[in-house]
Amino acid sequence: MTRILATAATEFRIALRNRWVAIAVAMMVLFSLVLSAAGSAPTGALGADRLSVSVASLTSLGVYLVPLVALLMSFDAIAGKVERGTLPLLLTYPVNRAEVLLGKLVAHLGVLSLAIVAGYGSAAVAAFAVDPEAARGLPALWRLVWSSVLLGAAFLCLGYALSARARRPSGAAGLAIGLWLGMIVLYDLGLLAGVVADDGGWFTTDLFPWLLVANPADAFRLFNLAASEATAAAAGIGGMAGAIPPLYALASILLWPALAMGLAVLAFRKVTP
Amino acid sequence: MERRMTQSLTLSRLSKSYDGTPALRDVALEVAPGERVALLGHNGAGKSTMMKIILGLIPFDSGTVEVLGARPGSARAREGVAYLPENVAFHPSLTGLEQIRHYLRLRGLPVGGAMDLLGRVGLAEAAGRRIGTYSKGMRQRIGLAQALIGRPRLLILDEPTSGLDPVSRRDFYALLDGLAAEGAAILLSSHALTEVEARTDRLVILSRGRVVTQGTLPELRRAADLPVMLHVTPREGAGDRLAQALPQGRMNGTALHLDVAQRDKLPVLAQITTLGDAVADLEITPSSLEDIYSHYSRRDGQ
Ligand SMILES: Nc1ncnc2c1ncn2[C@@H]1O[C@H](COP(=O)(O)OP(=O)(O)O)[C@@H](O)[C@H]1O
Ligand SMILES: [Mg+2]
Repeated sequence: MTRILATAATEFRIALRNRWVAIAVAMMVLFSLVLSAAGSAPTGALGADRLSVSVASLTSLGVYLVPLVALLMSFDAIAGKVERGTLPLLLTYPVNRAEVLLGKLVAHLGVLSLAIVAGYGSAAVAAFAVDPEAARGLPALWRLVWSSVLLGAAFLCLGYALSARARRPSGAAGLAIGLWLGMIVLYDLGLLAGVVADDGGWFTTDLFPWLLVANPADAFRLFNLAASEATAAAAGIGGMAGAIPPLYALASILLWPALAMGLAVLAFRKVTP
Repeated sequence: MERRMTQSLTLSRLSKSYDGTPALRDVALEVAPGERVALLGHNGAGKSTMMKIILGLIPFDSGTVEVLGARPGSARAREGVAYLPENVAFHPSLTGLEQIRHYLRLRGLPVGGAMDLLGRVGLAEAAGRRIGTYSKGMRQRIGLAQALIGRPRLLILDEPTSGLDPVSRRDFYALLDGLAAEGAAILLSSHALTEVEARTDRLVILSRGRVVTQGTLPELRRAADLPVMLHVTPREGAGDRLAQALPQGRMNGTALHLDVAQRDKLPVLAQITTLGDAVADLEITPSSLEDIYSHYSRRDGQ
């Protein structure tokens, strides 16, 4: 435990020095504010409070941005150590590889949580500024915050796994971008294409919901939109979420970080310094 | 078995190849507590490979390796072993002090000892600066400082003095003397042959993955049977007489030089003393470690 915390403290210091803390916070705040400004129009029409509407649009933002920031922070984690040549010495210390990864995860998740709270928080402040009823959206905001942190944890660990796989930072960066595109953009497009081609058949009714839940980003979106009062504000895939109990989506969000950490530890064990 | 347990490090019949290319062949080596052993060998001889195997960083093909009575890389071995890698590297964003504190925490020790460690390697003043601004020699000293953490019982140092200036090298060997006196076993590799000869107890010469010889320097000299160099300086005007008496020598400016085989050493010396007042001075140069090293490496190559 002390070794995990020691690693976390040092990694957090490095993240501060490398401006990762500043970059992550700035990105989340900037996009959150832009989005809440852009989403101000439909409020009255829906009858929902301003914060709940913001949460719905922040959910769509989080699906893209949280995995992106997480992968950007984590792709260098192992490959960078290999390239700098700091790995052999570290591995002669009485610390095991899982502890190294957990320490990194604690630090990176701390940075990401800071960015998430700052970003969503600034959007919430903006909502409260224009709508006194905004407090009704607070439970949804809270749910969005912790599920975003879990989504971030899953993608941080996936980033460690491919960092260990690639062993070189350039290769890991490529894999990270590919993973993001694949899991966040192409996956949904593929599902959508499947649904369209299937035209209401077995794929749409039986397989599609499970494929949706299996992807942590889609599960995150489903969970937040299903639970939100502002579901009506959501469009696209989220609209088809009705068939899936939010509990399954929640289970997916909870399981993914553990699964991804397992993958990362396995990949890291295969790295010969 | 009883004897084995008293060794800090035991390698026997150790072999390792990388994708079919042998890097170590049938290596046997023992290091006892308090002993300083120098591992010498050309580039690619297998020194770093041997060290990484001892540390459990890379697997080996056959043979046995016992580190402090445990399996290499096991928790028990890691507790007691310190390592200084070749070309040691650290995260450039951390200061020297932060880096050493981190390593102290990983060993479960209080971070209060960090300044003391940095002081021992002469880095107290640079402790607050980022390692990214350090010179190679300073990074090497951070590497040494971390290797001193927690009284290790076995130190594995891969070219520890590369990048150090002569004064720092002397300080480094003084540190090693202290550690060995406290009972630590030390295995270090080096290219700088002359510096290890006075500062280690035993030399192990590795060539193309094989231990070609090992022993103390006098033992290796005797076994190599390399000639001794004699420089005889004649008195004023006695040069010709000296050259006639010692025809095997060659006159070179002011002195007569002779390469004398080990077994002829004493007879030739006796002969020189009979020349009496023709001799102004006599200097004897034993074969250097470089000579011994190239003798063994060459012999192995043939
Ligand atoms: N990771 C590796 N993959 C393949 N060959 C290697 C690797 N590391 C070392 N070698 C080879 O093994 C031999 C021994 O290398 P090394 O142990 O680094 O020698 P030294 O430290 O004595 O210079 C060399 O021929 C080297 O090319
Ligand atoms: Mg080497």
